[in-house]
Amino acid sequence: MADNASASAGPAGNNLISAITSRLVILVPYAWLLFFFLIPFFIVFKISLSSTAISMPPYTPVINGFSDLASKWHTFSFDNYVWLTQDPLYYRAYIRSVVIAAVATFFTLLIGYPIAYGMARAPATLRPTLLMLVILPFWTSFLIRVYAWIGILKPEGLLNQLLMWLNLIDSPLIILNTDWAIYIGIVYSYLPFMVLPLYSALEKMDYTLIEAANDLGCPPLGAFWKITFPLSLPGVVAGCLLVFIPAVGEFVIPDLLGGSETLMIGKTLWNEFNSNRDWPVSSAVAVILLLLLVVPIMFFQQAQAKAQEQGR
Amino acid sequence: MNTTWSRFNIASIVLGFAFLYLPIVLLIIFSFNASKLVTVWGGFSTKWYVSLFQNEALMDAAWVTIRVGVLSATFATILGTMAALALTRYTRFRGRVLFSGMVFAPLVMPEVITGLSLLLLFVAIGLDRGFLTVTLAHITFTMCFVAVVVQSRLVTFDRSLEEAAMDLGATPVRTFFAVTLPVILPAIVSGWMLAFTLSLDDLVIASFASGPGATTLPMKIYSQVRLGVTPEINAACTLLIAIVTVGVIAASIVNKRREVQRKLDEQAAQRG
Repeated sequence: MADNASASAGPAGNNLISAITSRLVILVPYAWLLFFFLIPFFIVFKISLSSTAISMPPYTPVINGFSDLASKWHTFSFDNYVWLTQDPLYYRAYIRSVVIAAVATFFTLLIGYPIAYGMARAPATLRPTLLMLVILPFWTSFLIRVYAWIGILKPEGLLNQLLMWLNLIDSPLIILNTDWAIYIGIVYSYLPFMVLPLYSALEKMDYTLIEAANDLGCPPLGAFWKITFPLSLPGVVAGCLLVFIPAVGEFVIPDLLGGSETLMIGKTLWNEFNSNRDWPVSSAVAVILLLLLVVPIMFFQQAQAKAQEQGR
Repeated sequence: MNTTWSRFNIASIVLGFAFLYLPIVLLIIFSFNASKLVTVWGGFSTKWYVSLFQNEALMDAAWVTIRVGVLSATFATILGTMAALALTRYTRFRGRVLFSGMVFAPLVMPEVITGLSLLLLFVAIGLDRGFLTVTLAHITFTMCFVAVVVQSRLVTFDRSLEEAAMDLGATPVRTFFAVTLPVILPAIVSGWMLAFTLSLDDLVIASFASGPGATTLPMKIYSQVRLGVTPEINAACTLLIAIVTVGVIAASIVNKRREVQRKLDEQAAQRG
């Protein structure tokens, strides 16, 4: 544990205190995350190999300590995983979740990009206010923001009232309880996560490049695809990952806005756990979901680490 | 650059903000609706607010939520600040890659996975589900957000200030409290507020980690929302939005004042 600060501190006592505090600063959060974040995953994995039992806790075998593990490990089985591949409900839910999250991420990018671009080109005095206006909805409850859309989207809701009053439609559109409602919900809830990284990438850009391209006869749209978009790519990647990864496992949005036949994997896991009380199967569902997301999560971490290096 | 703020840019911002704010505004308007039909306007009334405060179950849930929020945000801020210091100050220690992974992964981890894994941990160690377990769960997932916020302030921090203090004989601990802390304090404060709001807001992790007697407000709202939209819930949501908005605006004003004061101080110091 290298502490460059301690080198400049004079007396030996200082060095000792410094060494102890530096160790504590690392060890305390490290231990906390190990215990409450990493170890739980191993427990989930262990339980995914157990079988359901009518008892409390509702699975078997229950392992108490390592000696127990040695005598009972042969009762572990991959039955739950086999079960997940046999019942089409599960793999359909996985595929649907990934597809819905991908489509919604694309829409979020499509809507978020012009907003971020407009903010980056706004007068410098206006930018802090605009930034706060983007962040403010994020501070208000996620559940409330999703809930607000129920009143808007339902058949006798405000959107249909408006459209019928404008004589644009004769009969109410059915949006609530369809995939469209889920797309709207995800785009709406995750929009700030897309706009913020895009904005910070676009704001740093040198816009004289565009002027130069225009002067040289490049049409504005061409200049956008050749200069602006490639330069904003780190923001695009960060924004898309910030939206896509949590959206795959999203529970609240498909539950409140999606129909009963829309099964996304977060909702499946929730039902399996809370309604069916099948802990081993829901653990297996979680393990597969995690495996599905490991690659994007690692991409995200690398992007974060890179951004941190550049911030230095 | 001002000249290039075209009509297209203005239109996309106006439309974007309309999209972000219209649903919230409509929700607030309809919380003052006299009619029980949520989407039909029946005149102005504040009766839903009155019935809200008479709803004891809802009030109890709100109280639990606030206590969990304050407790978990405070611990998360301490742990998150330590994690941020560890990540920015110590570039080399055993297991650093794993550590930074554990700090960043919870930011995007689907809540159902975090919730389920924490619940299974609590069951495995024989901890009864309730107030304590919700608080522990919230500390764990919010500390990572605090760490990121504080870290972004720390990377731009001028280390020579600390070195100067230590050359003058201050101990590392004293240096931290006298030099480092005042500079990163705004980030720590916004980290605390972020942690508090995330805790206030969380439904999924709380539902897994909570037990009888520790129903939080989002859990209560969720169970009522599933039965249908009610004006009373609109009123509860409006109050929550009002509290958060006032808090955020107040914090940003305080922050701005502090910044202005700091600049004035710096100027004065340079002159003197």
